Amino acid sequence: MSQGILLFIEQRDGVLNRTSFEAMVAAQGIASATGEKLSAVVLGKAIDGVASEAASKKLDAVHTVQDDKLAEYTPDGYVAALKQVVEKLDPRFVILSHTYQVRDFAPKLAASLGKTFVTDCVGYRVEGSEVVFTRQVFQGKINTDVRMVAEPPILASFQAGAYRADKAEAGDSAAPITPFEINLTDVQIRTQLEPKFQEAKQAVDLSQAPLIVAVGRGIKSQENIEMVQKLVEALGAEIAASRPICDNEWLPMDRQIGSSGQTVSPKLYLAVGISGAIQHVVGMKNSQTIVAINKDAEAPIFDIADYGIVGDLFDIVPALTAEITRVKSEGK
Amino acid sequence: MNIVVCLKQVPKKDSILRIGSDGKWIDERDISYEMSEADAYALEEALRQKEKHGGEVIVVSLGPERARQSIKEALAKGADRAIHLFDSVFDTATDSAAVARAISAALKDEKYDLILTGLQSDDYGFAQVGLIVAEQLGLPSATIVMEVQPEDSAVRVKRELESGWFQWVRLPMPALLTIQSGINQLRYATLKGIMAAKKKEIREVKAADIGLTSDDLKPGQVIERAYLPEKTKRTEFIEGKPAEAAAKLVEKLRFDARVI
Ligand SMILES: Cc1cc2nc3c(=O)[nH]c(=O)nc-3n(C[C@H](O)[C@H](O)[C@H](O)COP(=O)(O)OP(=O)(O)OC[C@H]3O[C@@H](n4cnc5c(N)ncnc54)[C@H](O)[C@@H]3O)c2cc1C
Ligand SMILES: Nc1ncnc2c1ncn2[C@@H]1O[C@H](COP(=O)(O)O)[C@@H](O)[C@H]1O
Repeated sequence: MSQGILLFIEQRDGVLNRTSFEAMVAAQGIASATGEKLSAVVLGKAIDGVASEAASKKLDAVHTVQDDKLAEYTPDGYVAALKQVVEKLDPRFVILSHTYQVRDFAPKLAASLGKTFVTDCVGYRVEGSEVVFTRQVFQGKINTDVRMVAEPPILASFQAGAYRADKAEAGDSAAPITPFEINLTDVQIRTQLEPKFQEAKQAVDLSQAPLIVAVGRGIKSQENIEMVQKLVEALGAEIAASRPICDNEWLPMDRQIGSSGQTVSPKLYLAVGISGAIQHVVGMKNSQTIVAINKDAEAPIFDIADYGIVGDLFDIVPALTAEITRVKSEGK
Repeated sequence: MNIVVCLKQVPKKDSILRIGSDGKWIDERDISYEMSEADAYALEEALRQKEKHGGEVIVVSLGPERARQSIKEALAKGADRAIHLFDSVFDTATDSAAVARAISAALKDEKYDLILTGLQSDDYGFAQVGLIVAEQLGLPSATIVMEVQPEDSAVRVKRELESGWFQWVRLPMPALLTIQSGINQLRYATLKGIMAAKKKEIREVKAADIGLTSDDLKPGQVIERAYLPEKTKRTEFIEGKPAEAAAKLVEKLRFDARVI
């Protein structure tokens, strides 16, 4: 019978991914509410440092899986290795953080195990021995509570920022670290990797800008960016954008804020016609003051905004530009 | 090069979403639909590859009657033929594994070099269906793909990693790729394309045609409640006509928040 909870700890080049500690908060909570033991698993080659960092937390065990075929991340290597681990340990839950790496392999892992995988959760509720997960649909506009009907192990990943890494409980003493024996000799790694790189031309560094006006798809067309540009000039701010604006080449890529763009924390972040999808929000949620202008009062951006104006940006932005120009021309 | 594109129809971006009377999903009345955004990019990529390398683009979509509209749009843009998984038996296929089982079964006898899917759908957003199909069909895969370069029997793709990092990887074909929005610039269907599409095949496939019963399509997870998220932060909403609201906001930003 399935028992215990297994937490996947992600590492790259021997550095632990902090979002694993976010997922750990959920895993520790589920473990204590269900009375299950919690262990963690780390995959890779030189991972002793990562394993001992994980072992400082409140865990019952840390399993390390080391193999030449896991030296660099590949979906084939990770699926094959974790499949063996999960089959041998037979946990009730496998908890992961919904990172790009997890997105790349975990659905295949679940499919190869023939198990269900509930992705990108933002919360959970324990009912007796069952766990009901909360996940967002429609890019955060609606929440759903999802009940598992499949047999365990159940895989569940948590959204970045759903829990705070610093809330992961430390252990009274270091958890035992044990090498986990698996056999990857027959596993074929089909992906050939080239070195990781960053696009060279990152012309603007928005991380230092004190004032940012960011424009989203609500702007409708490229010509209308001009209107936002006027507000930007009146404020003496930098212009930034959500991904679709850069995808459409209405603004250059290096103006993009979010998980695949820049991370900023200005004094003022003014979001114009941006819905507030998680991939955008992770790049700007630490801004000191957030203002959102959106015609939809239910837009997720209002979840993190300090000030909000619900209305048509085509009316509000020019009014705001005029007001700022007026205030500034009065000087002082 | 033959390319399969998995295409899902979803509520339009700007739809006002309300919870349906059963409290388990949205109220689907008065909603208009469109191709899920990343799928539109996957289709565009397939069409561009076909234009360069020849071959056929086959669209697969599981969905109700209305999904035909998005299928037709894909054909009008240049896809060659379509498979529409359309059967009330598929109604219970509400999780990613069940949808993937149907798609995999429908593709069993197809010949393809690449299968392209969106990286995630705009409604459920599981970010899973493509990869499960890959596993079920025994294909190598790469996710969040931003560039596709076919070689002789392999494909070299640029993957997006977190915070502005990228990586090129090479996979033997056939392979499955999940495509990220923005990989290319989308085309519009032309009148000529719309006319040409009328003659293209849309094969309707029922569960029984691909050897599936409702037992094979049972979900492993079910939504028991859908609801609007509670706001965790108290936003101060500023009311009034545009000029009035603007004045109030500027005052708040100057004297309360002191950020301008
Ligand atoms: C792996 C991955 C990585 C991603 N990385 C990023 C990233 O780095 N950055 C990023 O931004 N996104 C990213 N995304 C995309 C993200 O999920 C959203 O799709 C995107 O942020 C939405 O942009 P938006 O808010 O501008 O558009 P939409 O979601 O379409 O929102 C437009 C908003 O404008 C409002 N609006 C429309 N008309 C008006 C009007 N007249 N007046 C006022 N308001 C109006 C609407 O109510 C709506 O809220 C990523 C997605 C994935 C899957
Ligand atoms: N019903 C469907 N019909 C065809 N393709 C689908 C369907 N559902 C999902 N997909 C494909 O799988 C991708 C990921 O969807 P999801 O796992 O729901 O996020 C989508 O972008 C589509 O390409």
